Amino acid sequence: MIWDTFILALREIRRHVLRSLLTVLGIVIGVASVIVMVTLGNGATAQVTDQIASLGSNLLMVSPGKRMGPGRDSTAAPFKIADAEAIAREVSSLNAVAPSANKSATAIYGNANWSTTLTGTTNEYLKVRNWSMATGREFSDDEERAGSAVCIIGDTIRKELFGQEDPLGQRIRLGKLSFQIIGLLDAKGQSTMGNDQDDIVLLPIRALHRRIVGNQDVSLIQISVIDGASTEKVQQDIEALMRERRHIASNEDDNFQVRDMKEIATMLTGTTKMLTALLSAVAAVSLLVGGIGIMNIMLVSVTERTREIGIRLAIGALEREVLMQFLVEAVVLSSSGGLIGIILGLLACFGLKDVLQVPFIFDPGIVIIAFLFSAIVGVVFGYFPALKAASLDPIDALRHE
Amino acid sequence: MPRAETSTLQTVIELQDLHKIYGSGQAAMHALQGINLEIKEGDFVAVMGPSGSGKSTCLNILGCLDNPTSGHYFFKGVAVDGLNRNQRAQLRRHYLGFVFQGFNLLSRTSALENVELPLIYRGIHVREREKISRQALNAVGLTGWEKHTPAELSGGQQQRVAIARAIATQPAVLMADEPTGNLDTARSNEIMELLVELNNTQGITIVMVTHEPDMANYAKRIVHFRDGLIESDKKVEK
Repeated sequence: MIWDTFILALREIRRHVLRSLLTVLGIVIGVASVIVMVTLGNGATAQVTDQIASLGSNLLMVSPGKRMGPGRDSTAAPFKIADAEAIAREVSSLNAVAPSANKSATAIYGNANWSTTLTGTTNEYLKVRNWSMATGREFSDDEERAGSAVCIIGDTIRKELFGQEDPLGQRIRLGKLSFQIIGLLDAKGQSTMGNDQDDIVLLPIRALHRRIVGNQDVSLIQISVIDGASTEKVQQDIEALMRERRHIASNEDDNFQVRDMKEIATMLTGTTKMLTALLSAVAAVSLLVGGIGIMNIMLVSVTERTREIGIRLAIGALEREVLMQFLVEAVVLSSSGGLIGIILGLLACFGLKDVLQVPFIFDPGIVIIAFLFSAIVGVVFGYFPALKAASLDPIDALRHE
Repeated sequence: MPRAETSTLQTVIELQDLHKIYGSGQAAMHALQGINLEIKEGDFVAVMGPSGSGKSTCLNILGCLDNPTSGHYFFKGVAVDGLNRNQRAQLRRHYLGFVFQGFNLLSRTSALENVELPLIYRGIHVREREKISRQALNAVGLTGWEKHTPAELSGGQQQRVAIARAIATQPAVLMADEPTGNLDTARSNEIMELLVELNNTQGITIVMVTHEPDMANYAKRIVHFRDGLIESDKKVEK
């Protein structure tokens, strides 16, 4: 009997191809979009978390000026190299302290040129940023002290200026001067903010000061705290030290700021999580709309089919046999829609993960939820209108127009 | 089947003082006001009467599609008025066949599948089902039309499919409600000849509602309804 009911239900589906396809389509779109949104959202969150880890753990950034609001910093006197040295000397639990200053410039090699940012810093920078060398060497103490015309380049610079050529030992022009390349950094890829971290040229900070910018300013001091030490404590120590060095009276506000990367990390993951939630909500709405579509089609079809239910009852079908047929029909339609939706959704994720450069993270929970939702909607809205129709007297159902 | 003496034949249908009232109070409509009727095995009864005389109501009750308000209905000795919905459905499934004025075939479904429908509900196996259905379609002269859907068939052919569906289960009684109401005279006569043949060769008891005297004359017995009562009950002289 179950098999016969199944046959009857399949015949019904086949008899109304268009109606069946529309029903399935609603579920397919809903399920697929929920899966795509949630999977890509999870991937993006994971990616952000990953990149923050790659920025370096326990990272503090000290910069002059006070943050006044989004994108607005007050101007204040820049730091000097001596400030970084003082921090390294007087604050405990530090791993590395890297002062840095930046200047944009055009790098030229042969007839290739590339507009980039020069970063004057020390070897500590690599430690702070968890960055290792692909080939070559770091700056020597002599080079750092003397501000020699040497540089370490990022992978983007190598690609743009040298192509397949080996950059080590070559000389490139930065601004008006020629620098020798002594090292090549590992490729890091895009940062969370979307900028290319490999588009970088590192110089000894004194080389930048003397040969390029002509001042002694340090715009950022990056500090990595040793594992297990409290970043809060270190942050307070640095603040106290800097207030003293910058002669800030106790009733004045800081004219510099110390930022903890952990805060930024929390903020960023929070943002992506919120975005994921938002996108999921949008997707859930589309699932809901799909559900309403199914509901409509099922309601209309049962109304249309009341006469047919009458025919079936008249020729001897039991109420529960008619209901079972509708139930099987609804289950077959909505679950096949759900399955197709899952397959399409996962395929779309595979396709999009390369385009959006987001890792693919499979979440079985959302797949199950989307599938169950579609199945329940299909069954509920397929079954209850049929329940009403099948409980009519056969003669009333037959008279139904 | 040779015709036996009427008196020895079993009574299939017996109605005792059957009433049917639609609505209630002031709006109550007395469709049947005390019908007494006995139909024996192998009979072919034409029920006639003007519109609103209660003939269709009576047929619906006979066909277990509707319930009487009061009175008794015995089908093969069983009191139908005491049965529940499912029991009445079982009775329809095993003993009754229906032919309607509007054919009532499933649209977009082949003639063969339409005829198979009651057999599916009877739980008959696939191969057996198809064989019986083909035989039934053959019996109504539709061999070669099995794969056609109702939309591809003429009115007369659709009614033949409906008859094939009704007789496929070899019912004890075939209920026909204005089976020729939507057909022209030539098709009507063909359908009536088919019913007479089924009645004669297969011994199926037929109860047919019609308002056309020409069609009623194909039957063995004509019952006239008027205002919810039986006005006359005559044998047809052949």
